[in-house]
Amino acid sequence: MSIFVNQDTRLLVQGITGKEGQFHTLQCQEYGTQVVAGVTPGKAGQEVAGIPVFNTVHDAVQETRANASMIFVPPPFAADAIMEAADAGVDLIICITEGIPIHDMLRVRAALQRTSSRLIGPNCPGIITPGACKIGIMPGHIHKPGSIGVISRSGTLTYELVDQLTKAGLGQSTCIGIGGDPVNGTGFIDCLAAFAKDEQTTGIVMLGEIGGTAEEEAAAFIQETVDKPVVGFIAGLTAPSGRHMGHAGAIVSGSRGSAKAKIQALEASGVHVCQDLGRLGKFCAEIFSE
Amino acid sequence: MKLHEYQAKELFSRYDLPIPEGWLAKTPEKAMKYVREHVGKEGFPIAIKAQVHAGGRGKSGGILIASNMEDACKAVHSIHGMTLKTPQTVGEGTTVNKLLLEKGVAIEREFYLSILPDSSTGSFLIIASAAGGMDIEEVAATRPEKIIRVQVDPLVGLQAYQKRRLAYALGLSGELFASFSSLLSDLYRAVMENDLLLAEINPLALTSDEDFFLIDAKAEVDSNALYRQKALLALYDSSEDDPLELEARKYGLHYIRLHGNIGTIVNGAGLAMASMDIIQQAGAEPANFLDVGGGANENMIEHGFQILLSDPHVEAILINIFGGILRCDILAAGVVAAAQKVGLQLPVVVRMEGTNAAEGRKILAESGLDLITATDVDDASAKLKALGFA
Repeated sequence: MSIFVNQDTRLLVQGITGKEGQFHTLQCQEYGTQVVAGVTPGKAGQEVAGIPVFNTVHDAVQETRANASMIFVPPPFAADAIMEAADAGVDLIICITEGIPIHDMLRVRAALQRTSSRLIGPNCPGIITPGACKIGIMPGHIHKPGSIGVISRSGTLTYELVDQLTKAGLGQSTCIGIGGDPVNGTGFIDCLAAFAKDEQTTGIVMLGEIGGTAEEEAAAFIQETVDKPVVGFIAGLTAPSGRHMGHAGAIVSGSRGSAKAKIQALEASGVHVCQDLGRLGKFCAEIFSE
Repeated sequence: MKLHEYQAKELFSRYDLPIPEGWLAKTPEKAMKYVREHVGKEGFPIAIKAQVHAGGRGKSGGILIASNMEDACKAVHSIHGMTLKTPQTVGEGTTVNKLLLEKGVAIEREFYLSILPDSSTGSFLIIASAAGGMDIEEVAATRPEKIIRVQVDPLVGLQAYQKRRLAYALGLSGELFASFSSLLSDLYRAVMENDLLLAEINPLALTSDEDFFLIDAKAEVDSNALYRQKALLALYDSSEDDPLELEARKYGLHYIRLHGNIGTIVNGAGLAMASMDIIQQAGAEPANFLDVGGGANENMIEHGFQILLSDPHVEAILINIFGGILRCDILAAGVVAAAQKVGLQLPVVVRMEGTNAAEGRKILAESGLDLITATDVDDASAKLKALGFA
């Protein structure tokens, strides 16, 4: 098994007729993903590489039984696109778009709690179950089917890790980019919980970054509920602390948020933290072979 | 995008929030003209406040209180032109070139009040304290029970019970409850209508006449929302930004200047931060953070390259690209074009992997440029070390 996506996933693409949307739709299709529909308002009846385009997500779902959506819509319209997919009953919504205003995302996240849809992203590379389904902008060829679950806040840093894992002989069950924005849909904890239950997954790697408190919260969750071995990496040890204005940020996160605080929290929860990116793949091989 | 105190106050006053009478001056002469014309002998004391994008001004000499004309003149001249260094300024500090002059109010009590979108609770978080003033962070760390937090559901909005909870916890009742409650609603509306990432009032003063005043106000606007906040765009003040960072922004590059000797060009923020860590682990110091992003084109990369080369501290460059959206052949073409234009003098270590990596490496190899190619991150780190810039 895998988590969230597999060979039966039926994908629709919102913003399929744009340059990036079109390019990555073809890449996903080439990888073997079932791309069943595209949506661009006003372009119903057109086709992109044989994929029918619809005016609305409702039409696309009704005609093609799509159950996942990949969003390439520009930031001013992306929140609306996510809500449209949720309203049409799409189970899994992957939003690639970067630069959505935070106020929009807070409202979207609250609204999605009233639906059964899961959002991944925004500002993320997407999700891939190697050999079965690729939804997103990651280069497919670096992945290999296997038993390691990958969760990451970053895009290219995830590719770096996956490439090293594959070269070290470790295939992946599913790799998820949860996105770099402060307000996102699926978080570390949702993915950890799903990987913990997934029979195919025997080990988990989480890639974090400085800022926010998501890694600290994940650390507490791992300590309480995850029995599988977890490797952690935090980017930004040398990054200067943010130029924050005012005191509110400090009151909210206190001493949390720095790379050091995150590494400490993860190690205290039994996570194997690697601090050398060049050796991350080998480090994982050592931990997961035990 | 950060606003200055005077800009935040002007914005908040449009929502009927009570602001002390004040004047903005860009020169000491203008400042003293305002003092003579508007304050007069009867109007003292006044506050003279440095207008920079940072807090902690009070403790660093950026805010002074004057009780007569002579003191005011001294204060104006001491603050204007000073280099203000506070825990919230960057590098060597910020030069003060704008002053806000404000009539003093008779402060009886000082509160802390802020509203911000909070990712971990998925709410608009209101933070308040009856222990407002300069030491609020210490209060939060040592006496957390003095800080009240209320989570506002973004779909439901601010509710009356939440206003009651805040007011009673701050010890405000009767008429004060009513005026605090309407102040809170006004501030919340300002946050909503302007896509603010932060609205912070510290202190919120209560005078002996039982009037509230926003003594200090900070506001930050979500840059991603400026497409629908066009009026706020005019408030952007670039004078505190690094000139190279401004240049980079013109080309859609996310660049932050640091103090090291090894420049970096990377795609993706996470990999860019990790690449900075690699430089330090190789014994050198990163000169910058530069994320060329997912949709970078040849032109953008070329400009990024030129920005790195115009930083005199940069002795060598590490290019670390893992191609996803950004295809390696596009990056390679950009690197070659820029290197040829500026006449490449520095050693450049290039590590490239991912979509079209083979084509990218071929373009670099056939360019005739002296580029050090690395096979992986470990190799890039070793080749950086071998350059001997540690």
